[in-house]
Amino acid sequence: MPSGKRVFSDFKVFSRGYLRNRFGLFFGLIFPVILILIFGAIFSGNSSGTINIYAQNKDTGPFPSPQFDIGSQLLNAINRSSTVRVITVDRNENFSRYLAAHSASDGLVIPANFSSYYWEGRQVNVTVYGNPTSSTSGIVSATVSGVINYFNLNYYRQNAIPIISIASTTVNTQQTKYVDFLIPGLVGFSILVNPMFSLVNISSEYKKTKLFKQLSLTPLTKMEWLTSKIMWYIVLSIASFLLMITVGIVAFGAHITLNEGLIPFLLLGPTLFASLGMLVGTVTKDPETAGIIGNIVTFPMMFLSGTFFPISIMPTYLQNIAHILPLYYIVEGLNNVMVYGNFTGAAIDLAVTAIITTVFFVLAVRLFKWRED
Amino acid sequence: MNPIDVSSLKKYYGDIKAVDDISFSVKKGEVFGLLGPNGAGKTTAIEILEGLRQRNSGDVKVFGLDPWKDGYELHKKIGVIPQEFNFFEKITPREAIIYYANLFNVKVNPDEVLHDVLLEESSKVHFDNLSGGQKQKTGLALSLVNSPDLLFLDEPTTGLDPNARRAIWVVIRRLKAKGKTIVLTTHYLDEAQQLSDRVAIMDHGHMVAMGTSEEIIEQYGSGERLEIHGSPELAEYIKTNTELEVDYDKARGEIHIPLRRKADALEALTAAKQSGMDWGEMRTLQDSLDDVFVKLVSGTIDEHGEITVQKNENNPDNGRH
Repeated sequence: MPSGKRVFSDFKVFSRGYLRNRFGLFFGLIFPVILILIFGAIFSGNSSGTINIYAQNKDTGPFPSPQFDIGSQLLNAINRSSTVRVITVDRNENFSRYLAAHSASDGLVIPANFSSYYWEGRQVNVTVYGNPTSSTSGIVSATVSGVINYFNLNYYRQNAIPIISIASTTVNTQQTKYVDFLIPGLVGFSILVNPMFSLVNISSEYKKTKLFKQLSLTPLTKMEWLTSKIMWYIVLSIASFLLMITVGIVAFGAHITLNEGLIPFLLLGPTLFASLGMLVGTVTKDPETAGIIGNIVTFPMMFLSGTFFPISIMPTYLQNIAHILPLYYIVEGLNNVMVYGNFTGAAIDLAVTAIITTVFFVLAVRLFKWRED
Repeated sequence: MNPIDVSSLKKYYGDIKAVDDISFSVKKGEVFGLLGPNGAGKTTAIEILEGLRQRNSGDVKVFGLDPWKDGYELHKKIGVIPQEFNFFEKITPREAIIYYANLFNVKVNPDEVLHDVLLEESSKVHFDNLSGGQKQKTGLALSLVNSPDLLFLDEPTTGLDPNARRAIWVVIRRLKAKGKTIVLTTHYLDEAQQLSDRVAIMDHGHMVAMGTSEEIIEQYGSGERLEIHGSPELAEYIKTNTELEVDYDKARGEIHIPLRRKADALEALTAAKQSGMDWGEMRTLQDSLDDVFVKLVSGTIDEHGEITVQKNENNPDNGRH
């Protein structure tokens, strides 16, 4: 029968040993924060560049000649400004949904019959979408209204009423900054790296130094031993997580949502990778070889799972590879919860993670031997 | 029932016969010394008894249990220090004792255990800062946490300086006085002789001798001999002029003459006097366990347990050339 007392006393001894080792503590807690600071600083320049504005032109004409197409002229004029870049959205798309799907908040919709109303001198509205809390929305509306004023002045009619006016629609989508997605990525990174490297090392090192033999002479079971390691890495992951979001928010103004949806990922992640690390450690009792095998397993996962950059920028075949990596589902799940608020997606990621975790845990306990034949 | 009963135990690694058909019993309250050079099969044998290794064949019962199949139960009843005892680097002996007490679910006063193994002064030092002797004492302390009646000590003093070794001996004697049964492997002959009630000598997986030190010496020793400090020429002179068997130990510059009867000594000394040559110190003595050991495993054991074959040095002809 597994004993909580044994698990807890092993947890106490292991965590004590860990905390007394400054290198481990540095690697576990400080290193991910340093990564956030480095990557955050490298990419924080993004916000001073041009702002993307999604535009949908519903005015289909007919136009006697292109110079009568006021909608297109308006969009071209906006695009010529140095502050924004217009991205055209197909007129059949549901615009609000399109913005949400692209994690964007700034948009502009030109209604049908825009040009004909304009030439007939009838008042017409363009709709500007924006999130008032976003720093870009002010720039977008200022740019758009500047261009519209110019059109109004140019084609000023005798009744002196500006014929184009702006209606605004509030969008809740936050514009995602690099740091927003960097934080879930690096949380995933620390969930992967800490338990994985540590367990690979421990399980081969303990074999070499005969510590496992020593432990096998006590009533502690392999499952209890692994459980206490998992408990420690969950504690460490949560501490590291809190530290990272604090730094992300304070230093880079990251927009991330914190809620209970994160908890299962912070519990399952370390369980998964501690088990995987122990599995790798079963392959050999030479710590150097184990380290190499550990790196072979860890590094592709580290770079291809969306930790440092989004999966979407990778070529399709690499994206396909990412889908077989356990870390992918954890990082995607964290992104879904923290950045996109997409809980359905997170639930799927969680289910996949739970299945992989169970398999690895059972295999690790079964295959690992601390006695010799 | 004896605490340990072993019969026809065999353990092979491929073609290597690590333990080849050994049988022995260990009685309650005795210190049983398993002696032999490195690679003799001591550790393999003791680890099979501890339930850490599986055997190929043979009957092994420790407290009536099969150590491999019933290892989990057995481990609650025995104490073990594996060879080169190791522990978590940043944990102190005191914390280690409390940890083990929790694992075994027993109530233990850590100070008492530390006192028993003479480790009170280093009770709060991290394991990686302890000396070799203190590390071994930590191992001893942990093996005592579950109050076992049977202890396995696998080379507990290997690599320790003489003082640390003697301190461990004190602890082992105290445990014996408390009535514990102890199985001790060692490649130090003096250690085996000092501590053990009975000794078994292993070589190449075989048990080559077993009994008290006296019994082994009597059975395998060559009896009394005369040793004279002198030259190879003197050895040759005695050899030529008497019926005696004469060996010359070049390394020590000693003439060795086995004595079949007391009068042999007189004959040798008379010949020596006749030779007109000088000689130094002389004595008669019996084989020690050391000497018997050299005969049985055909070599001596160095500090690290490796065998050094000394055939050449014992060859009387060697001295002439």
